[in-house]
Amino acid sequence: MVLVIAEQRDGVLNNASWEALVAAQQLDEPVRVAVAGAGDGLAAVGAELAAADVESILTVDHPELESYTPDGFVAAFAAVVTDTAPDRVFLAHTYQTREFAPRLAARVGRSLIADCVGVRPRDGRLAFVRPMFQGKFVADVAAAGPAPHFASFQIGAFRPDALERGAAPAPVTAFPVTLEPGAIRQQIEVPFQEAKQAVDLTQAERIVAVGRGIKGREHLGLVESLATALGAEVAASRPICDSGWLPMDRQIGSSGQTVAPKLYLALGISGAIQHLVGMKGSRTIVAVNKDADAPIFEVADYGIVGDLFDVVPAIIAALDA
Amino acid sequence: MKIAVCVKQVVTREWPLRVDEARTWVEDRDASFEMNEPDAYALEEALRLREQHGGEVVVCSAGPARAAQVVREALARGADRAIRVEGGGLAAADAAMVAEALAAAMRDEQFELVLTGLQSDDQGFAQTGVVLAELLGIPHATIIMEVQVADGRLRVKRELEGGWFQWVSMPTPALLTIQSGINQLRYATLKGIMAAKRKEVRVVEAAADLVPRQEILEIRVPEKTKQTHMIAGSPSEAAAELVKVLREEARVI
Ligand SMILES: Cc1cc2nc3c(=O)[nH]c(=O)nc-3n(C[C@@H](O)[C@H](O)[C@H](O)COP(=O)(O)OP(=O)(O)OC[C@H]3O[C@@H](n4cnc5c(N)ncnc54)[C@H](O)[C@@H]3O)c2cc1C
Ligand SMILES: Cc1cc2nc3c(=O)[nH]c(=O)nc-3n(C[C@H](O)[C@H](O)[C@H](O)COP(=O)(O)OP(=O)(O)OC[C@H]3O[C@@H](n4cnc5c(N)ncnc54)[C@H](O)[C@@H]3O)c2cc1C
Repeated sequence: MVLVIAEQRDGVLNNASWEALVAAQQLDEPVRVAVAGAGDGLAAVGAELAAADVESILTVDHPELESYTPDGFVAAFAAVVTDTAPDRVFLAHTYQTREFAPRLAARVGRSLIADCVGVRPRDGRLAFVRPMFQGKFVADVAAAGPAPHFASFQIGAFRPDALERGAAPAPVTAFPVTLEPGAIRQQIEVPFQEAKQAVDLTQAERIVAVGRGIKGREHLGLVESLATALGAEVAASRPICDSGWLPMDRQIGSSGQTVAPKLYLALGISGAIQHLVGMKGSRTIVAVNKDADAPIFEVADYGIVGDLFDVVPAIIAALDA
Repeated sequence: MKIAVCVKQVVTREWPLRVDEARTWVEDRDASFEMNEPDAYALEEALRLREQHGGEVVVCSAGPARAAQVVREALARGADRAIRVEGGGLAAADAAMVAEALAAAMRDEQFELVLTGLQSDDQGFAQTGVVLAELLGIPHATIIMEVQVADGRLRVKRELEGGWFQWVSMPTPALLTIQSGINQLRYATLKGIMAAKRKEVRVVEAAADLVPRQEILEIRVPEKTKQTHMIAGSPSEAAAELVKVLREEARVI
């Protein structure tokens, strides 16, 4: 049996949970879903999940689980895993999963194969396909040792619309948990956004994005000249903003803005998944990179392998001509 | 405050990686190595906390003998001493094994705060720190962008998806995984490099009976699924062609 741990907040199911469910349904094994929270919100999510063709939905309802904490979720799901004894446990690789799932696996003496993009049989075993070295390679990784085996799936790796729906809603059962007093050591505050973004890159028609290939802040003028010549906004990968070379609100990616302009020109950006999720919906993607194997070329419509310090001035000149 | 920082040595970003003959790892015999990027930020955060609150910063690293290089670098940047965990079995260790080896070497030190990077640039399982917290029996929080310490408690700013954040507090001892960009890095000074030579490095042998729970069956270059139009030629030829196709084919300029 595959146990899928779904994620919800305030009664809203995280879409990525459907993708983890699709990954589980591929395997031709019985599937159950567990989701934690409290009260009506949780009940609503349970009912929503019941549309999937699965054996059952377990709702783990406890006032202390209303808001996510790592201690609370590790304790609750450790009880579920111990009680239901699944062969595998699947999750979506969200920030929340990153935080509690490795500890959950360790609590029950297992480990997590994280950030997988696929799963397939190989020599009588199940191989989990996952990127390594920032997407330059992929690896087939197999779990060793006794079940349950834990895996988390990169967001976007499976299509939520491939979900198989059941003829009738799956049964929803409450899974009672007790949490020891003091078991939850983290105290959380309400999530917030930093002061309103000064630039809204989502409205830009063209974006010139720059990555670590630019080497130093003193070279940013070159990028700005190209942006001006194209009538584009300047954006960046995270390391450029981390270094303070450009403000945070110009960052594209999972922890920055998500954009889909007509033209996205990536200069000296390797194409790590956390960057790609923020721009791969762009209509036309151009990549300039000196490394022909850089993963950015995997999403690019047009590519130039070369040194951006030669290519960018040449593009500016060609636009002028 | 007694702070541990876990740093991993990884192949430098610029190194042209190739899969090894066994097709289960990369050819890294002649590679150059560096400190995993988020770990450098974790180290910097530890040094800043020491400046504010006093105490000691101990750098911990598991890996083959070559990992001594990142340990030296951390000491040169200002860490007080180091624990280096060595062992043949660690060469093909998964995150749980590395965490076990680190936990065994760190447990008796009774650190009040343990900092790790949020994930490694090579394997990127993003879990060695989290598992280490479980093994040490201390609370944790991940992807941290700010750390405040008062009255034996931590208040930390956790990064969520899409530009959201959340403050979380917890008692010490605790473990935090640090996100790149939490601070601005300092680099080693000549004085620091000289001083590092006299700092204590305790070498600990990892237990021989660590059991792997994961196995890499094969590493390969990903198959290309998208038809990318690669534009060849000299920079000016390629640029002219690019401008032409953007105007006439894609019609985006
Ligand atoms: C079958 C197999 C074969 C492998 N072969 C090799 C090999 O030949 N050569 C090789 O170099 N690696 C090899 N590894 C890599 C392995 O040892 C990883 O370092 C380990 O799995 C840690 O996981 P991670 O890199 O994903 O770290 P993550 O969990 O992503 O790291 C998170 C944080 O934990 C800390 N951390 C992680 N590792 C260490 C460490 N070693 N010391 C101190 N702190 C650390 C850092 O602060 C880091 O930021 C192999 C792994 C496997 C599974
Ligand atoms: C939880 C989490 C959230 C993250 N969020 C984000 C995010 O929102 N946005 C984001 O971008 N990243 C994010 N990251 C970081 C991400 O994983 C990558 O580390 C980052 O995107 C790499 O940036 P880069 O491509 O600029 O740098 P690198 O990976 O260092 O790539 C630089 C590229 O430039 C090329 N290059 C070098 N010199 C030249 C030259 N002269 N001419 C042409 N090409 C050259 C190189 O070949 C290389 O491909 C996040 C990571 C984590 C773990």
